[in-house]
Amino acid sequence: MNGPEGVAVARVADDAPLEEDFEVAAQRQSPWRMTVRRLFRHRLFLMGLGLCSIILLAGALAQVITQTDPTRLAMRWRFRAPGQDGFIFGTDNFGRSLWSRVVWGAQLSLYIGFSVVALNAVFGTLIGAAAGYFRRLDNALMRVNDALMAFPAILLAIAITAVLGASTFNAILALSIVYIPRTARIVRASVIVLREMEYVQAAVAAGAGHWRILRRHILPNAMAPLIVQLSFLFAYAVLSEATLSFLGLGAVPPTPTWGNIMAEGRQYLVEAPWIITIPGIALMITVMGLNLLGDGLRDVLDPRLRIQQ
Amino acid sequence: MWGVVLRSILGSLPVLLIVSLITFGLMRLIPGDPAAAIAGMSVTSEQLELIRKDLGLDEPFVVQLAKWYGGLLQGDLGRSILMGQEVMEVTMIRLPVTIALSLYALVLTLALGLVSGIIAALRQNTVVDQLTMVFSMIGISVPNFFLGLLMILLFAVHLGWLPTGGYISLWDDPVGWLRTSTMPALSLALLQMGLLARITRSTMLEVLRQDYIRTARAKGLPGRLVVVKHALTNALIPITTVVGIIISLSISGAVVTESLFSIPGMGQLLTQAVLNRDYPMVQGGLLLTTTFLVLVNILVDIAYALLDPRVRYERS
Repeated sequence: MNGPEGVAVARVADDAPLEEDFEVAAQRQSPWRMTVRRLFRHRLFLMGLGLCSIILLAGALAQVITQTDPTRLAMRWRFRAPGQDGFIFGTDNFGRSLWSRVVWGAQLSLYIGFSVVALNAVFGTLIGAAAGYFRRLDNALMRVNDALMAFPAILLAIAITAVLGASTFNAILALSIVYIPRTARIVRASVIVLREMEYVQAAVAAGAGHWRILRRHILPNAMAPLIVQLSFLFAYAVLSEATLSFLGLGAVPPTPTWGNIMAEGRQYLVEAPWIITIPGIALMITVMGLNLLGDGLRDVLDPRLRIQQ
Repeated sequence: MWGVVLRSILGSLPVLLIVSLITFGLMRLIPGDPAAAIAGMSVTSEQLELIRKDLGLDEPFVVQLAKWYGGLLQGDLGRSILMGQEVMEVTMIRLPVTIALSLYALVLTLALGLVSGIIAALRQNTVVDQLTMVFSMIGISVPNFFLGLLMILLFAVHLGWLPTGGYISLWDDPVGWLRTSTMPALSLALLQMGLLARITRSTMLEVLRQDYIRTARAKGLPGRLVVVKHALTNALIPITTVVGIIISLSISGAVVTESLFSIPGMGQLLTQAVLNRDYPMVQGGLLLTTTFLVLVNILVDIAYALLDPRVRYERS
């Protein structure tokens, strides 16, 4: 689970004294450019990007593309089927526009997903790097990590939100606590391998401090598996949040989330199946898009983990 | 061999210790007064005092911790506030329901996921392969409660083939159990099928490229024999480790699935406990479920060692 060795070699050259030289800077960009070019040739990655863009655009432009307040009740417009009376996605049992609710739900899902991913990127890296690099910390940190990972993910998240109370913030917190150990484990695995590489030993011998070695020599090369992990994590986070709010443990209604729209629509499964189907499909598009992105990133960034095409 | 068994059991002890510590600590994280959170809005201060005493919250932290472990050693996890029964007792009734459902899902997963993964690998880059991978991608992307709802709509409401929910015990009426458990098990299994098909395919592809497979084919052995005896037996070894993950996913997934289909298992029990702030039940249920999963993983480790002579010799 470590970065490609080719990149590692390139990083040694990067550490030359002429760091600020423009030519070196230009060369440094090229591996990135190459990666981006390869990503844009990856069909599944592009499909994932397309699917994610739909949701991302919807979430970002929620204010612009919806006319009605997602929480406004209008009982005389109850249970309009999609397309009926000018409601693109129909209405729910309170006459609220599902288009509006699903689009605002997208914004909330993405907000929660991004937050969980950001917290994982920071704390997963910190814990993973500390455990992988400092042997003395390894045992203690990893035992706690293993214990947290022994809990079934959703069950632990449910228990944490049960204790803290249902809210958007607590859902983010609970999902982060559940997933950070998994991220830390992946970072640790890369760091352990990189720590023993000759160029790192050389940096140690040259007298570089721990911080500098981690920041300049180890972590940049541990990024590839981390990025892959984070893209899948985004998918899990969106899915788990929907599960939590489906069970009534996420954002509190009337705030629309895909999970709580579906929970409310459950009672009207027969009369108004669109109430569950539309947010369900939105959720599926998001998760599938992120999974495809993750597959693409893994194929390009970490060829050794590739599912052979 | 016994070395492996002993080692995986000993290795799990610290995990279980920390798991129990986290479970204990979790309930102490309730903001404000836990007794008030449990009691709800309208209670007298005497009632609050009673709850506090009942849960041992009036005692110092260390005493609470000691009592928690003392109870654990005797299999005493406290009493459910909602039901008034022993947590252990309730769990022992509910957990088997969830385990039966998970095993059913596991059987479906192995039957469909494994086979489709193998076929996809053998027919690499054909339409069959691509279709399998598309279905696996859909499988890992559809939330199980959405799938469950869609299945209720199709098979129960429109076609009327299966009941919308409810539960019949496997021991009382196996056919009835199949009727009530098939939709929940399928909705649980889809995600795992997708995962397993993807893993099986990539493992098989890796094995099929090895030299000894080429040798076996060069010797003139029939293709089926090479695939089943030479490739599959070796490809199955890494796949064993996935079984632990699959069971864990099933139990996680069962939380929602059981509530959806009104199955009286651990998942439904815990969801109700959470929604009713029945903390001892949440705590005990979480601990017992996790302990069960740790035990499953010990078994998986042992099976792995049994299957792979390299692991067996290296470790003993």
